[in-house]
Amino acid sequence: MKKSIFAIALVFFVAFMIVAAFGMRLFGEPIISEMDDYYIQNAQAETGANNVVTTIVFDYRGFDTLGEATVLFTAVLGITALFREAAK
Amino acid sequence: MKNEMSRIVRTVTTLIYGFIIVYGFYVIAHGHLTPGGGFQGGAIAASAFALLVVTYGDQGVKDFLKKDILSLVESTGLVLFIAFAFFGLGVTFFYNFMANSGGLFGNSAIIGINPGDLNTGGTIPIMNIAVGLEVLAALGVIILTMSAGSKNTKKKENS
Repeated sequence: MKKSIFAIALVFFVAFMIVAAFGMRLFGEPIISEMDDYYIQNAQAETGANNVVTTIVFDYRGFDTLGEATVLFTAVLGITALFREAAK
Repeated sequence: MKNEMSRIVRTVTTLIYGFIIVYGFYVIAHGHLTPGGGFQGGAIAASAFALLVVTYGDQGVKDFLKKDILSLVESTGLVLFIAFAFFGLGVTFFYNFMANSGGLFGNSAIIGINPGDLNTGGTIPIMNIAVGLEVLAALGVIILTMSAGSKNTKKKENS
């Protein structure tokens, strides 16, 4: 009984995945692309940097990078606390 | 002495670690022109520290890699990053106030595909350097602390 329920659920899941895969858009053609177009057209003029990825990481979305730096700092804090006896 | 690896590994490490560190700083400094940036360049430079620790053991690199100095560098990088985020507070947090201003890192970029000018990007190169220092020092502290910790664990297991 349990196995048959599992088999039916698996069939539904696989069918759902196949249908969803056929409904996917092509790679590089998102539905909403205003933001991407804005970055590509204006990033060089607004920030003066040639690497658009870096302009997004360090300028447009600097908060995200601040969070990443904080994560690394917290990791160092945690490791230093964990190995505090050994590091003496 | 017993933590060191063989003479071949030591010789190759001595030849190569400087180049790895210089390449890491190159990736950091050219973060606004070429692929890479602070995180990637810092990780490359920290991999040289990992190479040194693996080759010479954590006692052998004691004079070269000091945990206190690395900790100071890490905090300095983070403070520099947040400070330059606050300097743009006249408009918004993280505003790029130095871009296209004509001063330090203030040249305008040529629109389109071009090799690039190092003196562009506003606060982006400075933030790259800050994050790069933070990452290389943080990973260095992690490597040094964990190598010391693993030695202690081995001692406990053997006793």
